[in-house]
Amino acid sequence: MACINVDGTLVASARKLLLTMLEPITVEEAAKRAELPLFRVRASLREFLQAGFVSEAKGSYVLTDAGRARLAGRG
Amino acid sequence: MEQAVEQRAVPSLPRLGMPAPPFQAETTHGTIRLEDFKGSWLILFSHPADFTPVCTTEFLAFAQIAPELKKRNVELMGLSIDSTYSHIAWVRNIEEKFKVKIPFPVIADLNKEVAGLYGMIMPGESKTETSRCVFLIDPNGIVRAMIYYPLTTGRNMDEILRVIDALQTTDKHGVATPANWRPGDKVIVPAPKTAEAAEERVKAGYECTDWYFCKREVPK
Repeated sequence: MACINVDGTLVASARKLLLTMLEPITVEEAAKRAELPLFRVRASLREFLQAGFVSEAKGSYVLTDAGRARLAGRG
Repeated sequence: MEQAVEQRAVPSLPRLGMPAPPFQAETTHGTIRLEDFKGSWLILFSHPADFTPVCTTEFLAFAQIAPELKKRNVELMGLSIDSTYSHIAWVRNIEEKFKVKIPFPVIADLNKEVAGLYGMIMPGESKTETSRCVFLIDPNGIVRAMIYYPLTTGRNMDEILRVIDALQTTDKHGVATPANWRPGDKVIVPAPKTAEAAEERVKAGYECTDWYFCKREVPK
């Protein structure tokens, strides 16, 4: 998984992107805030969803408890 | 004697004005799908091999025009039949030796899946390397231009930028662009399709040489 290092920590871009998702946010807004291209955000979101770090509702994405734990270095 | 007929599915190669073949690929930026670029223009290009001199000059040149492309909402993605590890090593080598960071993802197409979909391998040139192909794909996923260069000839970035500018001008203003057009030059008003429209065209205030050949200015 491109967003997680072998030691389980998040790569810098994944951390930056997850931090935009403390509150529900659209893909476009997350891309703007994280200063990442839209394609990178979409690709990362697929991984985040698969890992259970974020959930999606009505086109917005928000951190799950697992995502918060991973951000805090506990996941 | 009954002759066995081998039937193989022949993939339809990209055609102008048609949806670009969808794919999912491993890249230096992780797993990426074509659909991830929806809403942006995409320049998908192939190169013969990592750690080769002409390809290195091209990567440097693509990196150099990347900021200009970004202003035009255009993303870049490279491809060759090399592994992700090879791509990473090469990109790091370029950064170390040439002090240039490669900002775009590069597809590791070891199984030639994407190369096959897009017809990037020209068996007359090489059966193991992709030629220098460029596909310009619009924000709706439609193939808008294709440029092919042989293995021996590095691409012209000015032309790639020029084609992007021309396509975006066409989309914005509903016009065509003449030979050697550059942003700021006059554009072509599409030729009228009926006699009545031709009659009206010459009175419409365009700069017309004749009813079928009219130009106008568009904001740069």
